[in-house]
Amino acid sequence: MKRLTPYLLALPSWLWLAIFLVVPMVAMASVSLQTGNAIDGYAMTFSFSNYADALGRYSDQLLRSLLYGGLATVAMLVIGYPVAYWIAFKGGSRKSVYLFLLLLPFFVSFVLRTISWNFLLADNGILFGTLKGWGVLPEGFHVLATTVAVVGGLTYNFLPFMILPIYVALERVDPRVVEAAQDLYATRAGAFRRVVLPLSLPGVFAGVLMTFVPATADPVNAQILGGTANTMIGNIIQTEYLTNLDYPTASALSFTLMAILLVGIFIYARALGTENVLEAAAR
Amino acid sequence: MNPRQITPALLRGMTQPRTRRDFFRVTGLSAAGLALAACGVQGQKAAPPKADAVKDYWAKQSKHGKLVFANWPEYMPEDQAPLKKFTQTTGISVEYKEVIQENAEFFGKADPVLRAGQSLGYDIVVMTNGVQLQHMVELGYIVPLDHSRMPNFLANAGDKYKERAYDPGNQYTMPYSSGVTGIAYNTKYVKDDITSIEALFDPKYKGRVGMMADAQEIGNFGMFALGVDPEKSTEADWKKAGEKLKQQRDAGIVRKYYDQSYIDAVSKGDVWLTMAWSGDIFQRQLAGEPVKFVVPDEGGTIWTDNMLIPKGAANPVDALTLMDYLYQPAVAAELDEFIQFVTPIPAVQDLLREKAATAKGEDKKALEDMVDSPLMFPSAADYAKLRTYTTLTTQQEQVFNSIFQSITQA
Repeated sequence: MKRLTPYLLALPSWLWLAIFLVVPMVAMASVSLQTGNAIDGYAMTFSFSNYADALGRYSDQLLRSLLYGGLATVAMLVIGYPVAYWIAFKGGSRKSVYLFLLLLPFFVSFVLRTISWNFLLADNGILFGTLKGWGVLPEGFHVLATTVAVVGGLTYNFLPFMILPIYVALERVDPRVVEAAQDLYATRAGAFRRVVLPLSLPGVFAGVLMTFVPATADPVNAQILGGTANTMIGNIIQTEYLTNLDYPTASALSFTLMAILLVGIFIYARALGTENVLEAAAR
Repeated sequence: MNPRQITPALLRGMTQPRTRRDFFRVTGLSAAGLALAACGVQGQKAAPPKADAVKDYWAKQSKHGKLVFANWPEYMPEDQAPLKKFTQTTGISVEYKEVIQENAEFFGKADPVLRAGQSLGYDIVVMTNGVQLQHMVELGYIVPLDHSRMPNFLANAGDKYKERAYDPGNQYTMPYSSGVTGIAYNTKYVKDDITSIEALFDPKYKGRVGMMADAQEIGNFGMFALGVDPEKSTEADWKKAGEKLKQQRDAGIVRKYYDQSYIDAVSKGDVWLTMAWSGDIFQRQLAGEPVKFVVPDEGGTIWTDNMLIPKGAANPVDALTLMDYLYQPAVAAELDEFIQFVTPIPAVQDLLREKAATAKGEDKKALEDMVDSPLMFPSAADYAKLRTYTTLTTQQEQVFNSIFQSITQA
């Protein structure tokens, strides 16, 4: 009995995974190989060509999503790392206040936050309207319905998921290690590059994972902030599911996206040597 | 969990590669799942209901004193006065929900529920004539109406609203209101009088034109621009319309393909002119915004939103009572004064005219404008310019959608 206890304790989580992950995934895999239509029903025909068709039709949107996801992730890293650094090392006793302020906007619904950018950035709205009135911006200037708006929206919406893991990693860095580096005649930059940065890499790794994946698959920002050439793969999957009721194509696209992201993460993990990094951090 | 409590052992467990045996275990589990899920998604094409079965169904139902009404936004005055009066007269309380924003999305969400034989939790649902409503009929998702319980409808509905190609004989639906898809423009930026659909394709308005993302709406406008009647269109026409719309997009004329959000875009001036729904624009005009609506000379689309009782509804008798109640001219007039779309009850025009005669000041002017508006009470000549959506079979729908979605979702 004693030998079985750990397994029994793990049973609920295994059941959870089986019911809410494995079964739906397998059902979706099955649907992705079927043919038919919503009225007459779909039948299993092991039609692997669904994948080729879907990719052929939507490769543009898929590549665009990876590009936007990548751009947004880089932007989040550039913005997020200094913020995390500042809170971790300069936040002092107010750290939790800063973290709370960081999260505060995210108590509002995701879609509502995105729509409010629509008001802020309106061509003649409070920001651009004023600047145009002063003659700072040309009359035809606009940000909405452009790539900048979509990538900006993604960056804004997922930023906390980049900052928090980096903060956690930086917060664990013992200040005495940095002092030691400086005692050994490291410059401030040198101490950062050779001590703090490597120690924070696990946080960066987690942050990139937690932002790149949802940003790439997100349909909301492209729909609300995008224009005629900003459709992302999430929008296509949504249309195929809800408008066209073409479940096989939608499932095939979902799986393709998932596969690409998994392979990407795998390569990324290898390239960064995550295991060593994490082991080092744990010791 | 405090990050400091992450032990080396836990980290190793989380980060070290799985062994080959683990891998096979997981695959075995998945294979079992695959067998489990190998069944397809069942089709449910339904035969037309038999008259006896309809009679039996209604004979078994009784009044419950409550119902749930699912409708579109801006389709009921905020104080819900017409519904409150209904409750006073009949004793049936109404839970009113503005949950339908888009036909396709609504159907996409309702389909799995109805397919599984469950109830949506709504007793009345409002859907536009179009492919999704057609699917609802084909799949047997609608409770056929009992004509003996709808005297107001039979007495007061306009002829056009009794003979509709998508529901001959009103077997399943009763119109809630109709509207026109035309062009709206912001008069602050557009100084010309827009009359032609060509304005939407004019390079002068580069980057300032809004088009609708819905395949049937934008498809119709592409065809109007080519002088094709959508009701009689063929696949070749759709392709030509697609070409025309593609040129419009590639020339940078279109800013965005909109859903309901077009209305804020045009009233704020993000777009200067856009495809639009008539009643939306009137409501904005009343709010004092500089927007104007026209039906282009080449044609506009007329559509009808229909009330129906979805399969599995808990209170069908109460639902049908409300649907018929709304067909009393006095009730319809009160409602139309707010929603300002085309009412299916012709008598409303006279009632509003009478009210205008006794009203004073601004109210009087607003009411007179409504009575004279060709967009609330189209004349025979106006109707001649208006077309409905293309009727599509399931196979045709796939072709049609892919032609126009390849433009709106490039």
